[in-house]
Amino acid sequence: MLTILEPLWEPWTLEFMQRALLAACLASVVAAVVGCYVVLRGMAFLGDAIPHATFSGVAAAFLLGGSLYLGGTVAALVTALLIGLLGRRGALKHDTAVGIVFVAAFALGILLASRRSTYTVDLFAFVFGNVLAVGWGDIWLMAGVGALVLALVFLFWKELLIVSYDPTMASALGVPVERVQMGLLALVALTAVIALKAVGVVLVAALLVTPAATGQLVARSLAGMMASAVSVGLVSALAGLYVAYYADVSPSAAIVLSATALFALAFVATKLRARAAARRALPERAPAPSSRT
Amino acid sequence: MAEGEPMALEVRDLWTGYNGGPVLEGVTFAIEKGCLAGLVGPNGSGKSTLLRTILGLQMPWRGQVLVFGAPADRRRLGYMPQSEAVDWAFPITVFEVALMGRYGVLGPLRRPGRRDRDVAWRALERVGMADKARRRIQELSGGEQRRTLIARALAQEADLLLLDEPFAGLDAPVQHDLLHLFQELAAEGKTLLVATHDLTCVATHFDHAVFLNRRVVAFGPLREVLREDVLQETYQRHLLLVREEGRLYADHP
Repeated sequence: MLTILEPLWEPWTLEFMQRALLAACLASVVAAVVGCYVVLRGMAFLGDAIPHATFSGVAAAFLLGGSLYLGGTVAALVTALLIGLLGRRGALKHDTAVGIVFVAAFALGILLASRRSTYTVDLFAFVFGNVLAVGWGDIWLMAGVGALVLALVFLFWKELLIVSYDPTMASALGVPVERVQMGLLALVALTAVIALKAVGVVLVAALLVTPAATGQLVARSLAGMMASAVSVGLVSALAGLYVAYYADVSPSAAIVLSATALFALAFVATKLRARAAARRALPERAPAPSSRT
Repeated sequence: MAEGEPMALEVRDLWTGYNGGPVLEGVTFAIEKGCLAGLVGPNGSGKSTLLRTILGLQMPWRGQVLVFGAPADRRRLGYMPQSEAVDWAFPITVFEVALMGRYGVLGPLRRPGRRDRDVAWRALERVGMADKARRRIQELSGGEQRRTLIARALAQEADLLLLDEPFAGLDAPVQHDLLHLFQELAAEGKTLLVATHDLTCVATHFDHAVFLNRRVVAFGPLREVLREDVLQETYQRHLLLVREEGRLYADHP
């Protein structure tokens, strides 16, 4: 029995795999929760933009020899703030504001990085992610920021819920809608920073969007959607790391594609179930009318 | 009405608009406590804008809104937005929507407690949606959606209710149930201002009406304001008036 299960345990006997699993799970859980708001408010583009924008801060910190995380966090928060301000009161369409700010921030990152002729591996770990290289320091940082994000979601649950669902009614009830929306952008920014090292700038959006979209297919409430999204995130982190270990492929890509596969399954299953329900609701086909004599 | 008791709602010389174009031009009217008042006018006459301005969602350019004699306090205003403005695909249950009515009185950081749940539950019972409390809103029919939003407004426990097109797209029996509920609420002392394009419904079931077309053409008890000149001026070419054997019939062409 043990020998059959051995391939299941084998990866986790290695310390770097244990760290990778912890990091991937932390990133998936936080991104799944925050991603629910991203999906419900139709901000998938923003979920892609903010992680990209962190790159400028990471590159600047790299040049100055500062903390890459701190640089990324500052860049993400500034980008979120700028997008929020530009899109405020319909001055610019929201996705236009996102498009302008994030491409500029990413370009700034490339500009800074190109100053050093040695485009180093370190910097590229942030672009493509290298979950196998995370250290205990990274994990503590991810856990700390992740706990902060989840605590804020818990504390401001009803504000985030009503602002996502019905902003007009939220203002009518005296909820400070603009401040909550800004706060939500900041949560996305912090989540992007957490997920950076695990999956990299390019693939953070997938952790934000895909599990949450799967949750939306199956759940009847926001809490249910989050629970489903977190499950999808955790299963894909685990499955992705198995695939990466045994097939020797990029772990971040494997994690993201596992999430995509789960989404595809849920999508097909809900379509089939809807079709079956429609068939049950139909009456038996009436016998063909007999011809009149 | 007791001597000296303030009006439930008093609007004085209210102006507002969008991008420099006025929508409301000096709107002035008042509604007594315990009234079921209809807010009627053609499309684009500013009905929704008026409700939004009373709520403070739209900034007035000039003018004043008094609710029970004081500057409008959102906590004394129950609101039901137009059904089209709501995201019906959102994963949320009927009960959770009703419970949102309590968010205003709760304020930041506090969670709904037992009393809030009771209030939300009673509001759902009131509109006949208690048996569907656990449904996801996506599964509701048009009438059920409308009743859920009304339950949320009731859960605000406000004395003045502003309802935007609660009858739109409902069939006669559902509309009748809602009217009955509104009349009951008015009899209990609540004041209701109901924006609707259904003139017939207002004419036959409401006590008061405000005729609006960017400005108030007339307001007051229906027997006083339901006159041909008022209808003509409010609706202009949007209304077909037919006189037959001394009775006046109105219809939207």
